[in-house]
Amino acid sequence: MCTYATVKTSIDGSAKGPASSWFHVTDGTVYFDHPVHAMAEHTLNIDFADPSRGPSARVAVELTAASARELVGAIQAALDSAPAELTA
Amino acid sequence: MLPVSDSLNAETIQISGHGGDQIEAYVARPVGGDARGGVVVIHHMPGYDRATKEIVRRFAELGYDAICPNLYWREAPGAEPDDAAATARAQGGVPDERLIGDVGGSAEYLRSLPTSNGRVGVIGYCSGGRQSVLAACNLDLDAAVDCYGAFVTGTPPEGFPLQVTNLVDQLPNLRAPLLGLFGNEDSFPSPEQVDELDEILTREDKPHEFHRYDDAGHAFFAVDRPSYRVAAANDGWERISAFYHTYLGG
Repeated sequence: MCTYATVKTSIDGSAKGPASSWFHVTDGTVYFDHPVHAMAEHTLNIDFADPSRGPSARVAVELTAASARELVGAIQAALDSAPAELTA
Repeated sequence: MLPVSDSLNAETIQISGHGGDQIEAYVARPVGGDARGGVVVIHHMPGYDRATKEIVRRFAELGYDAICPNLYWREAPGAEPDDAAATARAQGGVPDERLIGDVGGSAEYLRSLPTSNGRVGVIGYCSGGRQSVLAACNLDLDAAVDCYGAFVTGTPPEGFPLQVTNLVDQLPNLRAPLLGLFGNEDSFPSPEQVDELDEILTREDKPHEFHRYDDAGHAFFAVDRPSYRVAAANDGWERISAFYHTYLGG
């Protein structure tokens, strides 16, 4: 199915690519839908983007549902492992 | 209906879409031949991509003038299809009213061609399946094909961050015969939702023809995706061919 489900969040950081260049990213778009490239019918997709630089200023990942859940846990674990004063 | 030869021309053009906006479209036409029907191809949510353009060329090979409007042209002119799809999604997707205008502009373009017999059909895949039905409820089209479009009927699950509604209230206005092709392993649309659509169209006395495939889920026509099912896709293409021959041929 096309789930249409789209969750947007503001982000502040940097991402690498396209053309191996770093750029500032302002928008995160998260959705569970058909991938473009991954060999799965549906994936958890995340776009890290800076819309002010145009549609190609985007780093995209397509993750199976299981690996996306593992990633969520890994992100949380990494944040938890750091001293609280650094992640406030 | 057969073209005079298997030669065809394909190119990118600009057409007038919703509100008179100039938008990009991909056109494929048989070389030579007699008056013939036209087909508007509505691309799936992942965009105006290579696989969709292959479908457009296939309709030309089948003997029709075919066109696919780039529904994301306004948000992302000239962008790669996947980047354009991501941009359009982040901005909320394609509004129904704009879709109707863009398909209407595409149909008008096809009918303006010197080879047109005046008849135009529409076909869409995934989100385009719903949009194909939407177009046929609002435009003068001669045949419509819905390939596994979700939310023609059915209610989106609770909590779904969805910007789309079903088309139940519009189905009494359906103006064209509808061919529906569905996978029995699909969840959106589920077999029950396809049953509901069948029941509504039967009650409304709307001509329709549904084919439903075992061992097929969503997107079984998509040759570049793991959802591809060769048996369902081959039979589906045969059904589309016969349906358009009946309603667009000549």
